[in-house]
Amino acid sequence: MVAEILQSLPQVLVDGLALGAIYAVIALGYTMVYGILELINFAHGEIFMAGAFIGVAMLILMTGMGWLAAMPAVLALILVLVVTSILTGFMGVGIERMAYRPLRNAPKLITLISAIGVSFLLQDLVRFITEYKRGNYILTGPSMFNEQFAIKFSSISSSFSDAFFKTSTIILIISVVLMMIGLDFFVNKTKWGMAMRAVAQDRETASLMSINVNKIISLTFFIGSALGGATGVLFAVQYGTIDPYIGFILGLKAFTAAVLGGIGNIRGAMAGGIMLGLLEMFAAANLQLLTGGIFGAEYKDVFAFAILIIVLIFKPEGLFGKAVTEKV
Amino acid sequence: MQKLTNKIKGNKLAQIILLVLYVLVTSLSLYLAQASVTAFLLLLFSLLLLYYTELPDRLKWVIAGVVLVGVIPFVSSTGPGYQSYMEVATVVGIYVAMALGLNIVVGLAGLLDLGFVAFFAIGAYTYGIFATGQAEKFMPFGDFPLSGESFWIFILIGCFVAALFGVLLGIPVLRVKGDYLAIVTLGFGEIIRIVFNNLDKPVNITNGAMGLASVKPPEIFGYQFVYPNQFYYIVLAILLFVILAVRRFEFSRIGRSWKAVRENEIAAQSMGIHLVRTKLLAFAIGASFSGMMGVVFAAKQTFVDPTSFTLLESITILVMVILGGMGSVPGVILGAAVITILNLQVLTEVTNYLNQLSLNGVISFPEALAPAKMQRFIFGAILIIFAIYRPQGLIPAKNPVFDEESLKEGSKKHRKEQITVEHDKGFQA
Repeated sequence: MVAEILQSLPQVLVDGLALGAIYAVIALGYTMVYGILELINFAHGEIFMAGAFIGVAMLILMTGMGWLAAMPAVLALILVLVVTSILTGFMGVGIERMAYRPLRNAPKLITLISAIGVSFLLQDLVRFITEYKRGNYILTGPSMFNEQFAIKFSSISSSFSDAFFKTSTIILIISVVLMMIGLDFFVNKTKWGMAMRAVAQDRETASLMSINVNKIISLTFFIGSALGGATGVLFAVQYGTIDPYIGFILGLKAFTAAVLGGIGNIRGAMAGGIMLGLLEMFAAANLQLLTGGIFGAEYKDVFAFAILIIVLIFKPEGLFGKAVTEKV
Repeated sequence: MQKLTNKIKGNKLAQIILLVLYVLVTSLSLYLAQASVTAFLLLLFSLLLLYYTELPDRLKWVIAGVVLVGVIPFVSSTGPGYQSYMEVATVVGIYVAMALGLNIVVGLAGLLDLGFVAFFAIGAYTYGIFATGQAEKFMPFGDFPLSGESFWIFILIGCFVAALFGVLLGIPVLRVKGDYLAIVTLGFGEIIRIVFNNLDKPVNITNGAMGLASVKPPEIFGYQFVYPNQFYYIVLAILLFVILAVRRFEFSRIGRSWKAVRENEIAAQSMGIHLVRTKLLAFAIGASFSGMMGVVFAAKQTFVDPTSFTLLESITILVMVILGGMGSVPGVILGAAVITILNLQVLTEVTNYLNQLSLNGVISFPEALAPAKMQRFIFGAILIIFAIYRPQGLIPAKNPVFDEESLKEGSKKHRKEQITVEHDKGFQA
């Protein structure tokens, strides 16, 4: 059994890293909003999904106009990423303005309900726009960056088999790493980032220090949503086919990653995302083997939720978070 | 107009006469124009009017009973639409009971449960497995399928099994903070669905995605319940029990502690309320209503498969509670009725009508915009709009207000205390 697990390990690592990178960036969006508003932004998964659709729509449009053939593919991708992230960023700001800001002093339950409403609304909005334009809501993007590579793990030791990946995987991982470094720099080193941390710590005191709290909250939503939207594009390029309902479960798992890393903690979310991606891929590949065929790969979602529940019970502050006691 | 409404206000006789007149007119129109969905809906609307009259409560119950048991089945029975009307009424009943269950969890105890349909699924599968040949595949003893007479016991069993799962889910989950609860219950709902979808191996318990077909219909003294008009009465009976139970719970000691926990956990705890026990009880009782209706659902559909228990269902039930008003029993009943009828009748009717128009070339109407497909959009919009503009729902919850003076006197002289009502401030703050 161990030999078989070792055989598939390199491939699991590569796939898990790609999936984990996606979880990590989405988890950032959840964790930033939670850190600043103490609100689970259910709509974040849908922003990711909308980003994927906007990206694919742009790519299809550019193919139709012949631009995609005329310019280098990487340039086209960067263009799409930038435009998509700006659009989804403003989308996030709009959602905050319309659905969350009027409820800032309402009981938390009400805000959560509003967030679920936004999430469902967005799903259907994207569904009917796509279906209206294309006749079918499942969308397949133009295939890009499809060259296969192999890392010759087998040359290191015969107990490993080779791992295969596409160019898009490299692009995905590189862009995610850049985004994370950029965000980390922004939050920790710039004045805006400092304001953001201040608002997350204590909204009222921050406003007394002449920080415009509403503007900072909008900025947080903008950044989180822009990152989420850009990840959506990368997801679409990596996995090919998208539908309007991918965001919900993926968002849920990304939230799990955020909880795993300690909610409100940006570096924790990154680590949690990668960890969850690796665990999930490992489970998908080996669950059948480990349990003697009782559980198969179809239980990988259950596995992710089980992690969430276990973390919440035994270490609700997450692996890298600080325990907070509630004060009266 | 102002004069007229003032005159009707306070004049109970006038209210009775108007109500009876309304019921008569709508029943007659349904009786004569059988295919008219509008007449059917207007007839149901009479129950809402009844709620707003100033008649004594007992009389209201009697009138509602007469309308539900007698008038509605009778006037719709003669035409071709009979079974479809009864089907709608039965489904409304099922959803009302579930929404009342969720109302305890969300509305009274303030715990957001996004996987509520899981308990419904557990109830449905409890009956579905034993009322088909499925149980033979993993049970070494016993003779399956059980006869239809076991249905009545299974209502109780479904109730208990669902309550048990409510507690099992609750024990780990209730230690986490409020908003995590939403996510965990959401995950639980998905887990239950995935497990039911895949539990055909290694031991075939649920028959996986194929579902359980030809569930035995309920039976009593050789009389089989097969058609919706027969299920209607089963649902009505259970619903009566559920409504009575909810009303008793709401103003009891446990109901008051639910509300206290909802308003402020720490304050409630310091008043001596056992937090975990109170929350677990809310989970268990809410789940048990859902479990009972799951059994009825399995028997009514004669088919159970995992696709009936998606996240959309959980959200639908949540929308009913939010629309009607969290914590308000009449509100939730109204919300459940409105949403179910919207789902089953209005959206499909409007879609058919629009399709007809576009077939005739009056307007060009894209298939993608069919209202029947827009459920998510509509539910999402309802959730946002009600959260922002009317968090207390269509019929806000009311709390009894006790007059201190009369209470003091009452305790001396054993007089009945005067109870007036005031709007529940819980969710308006």
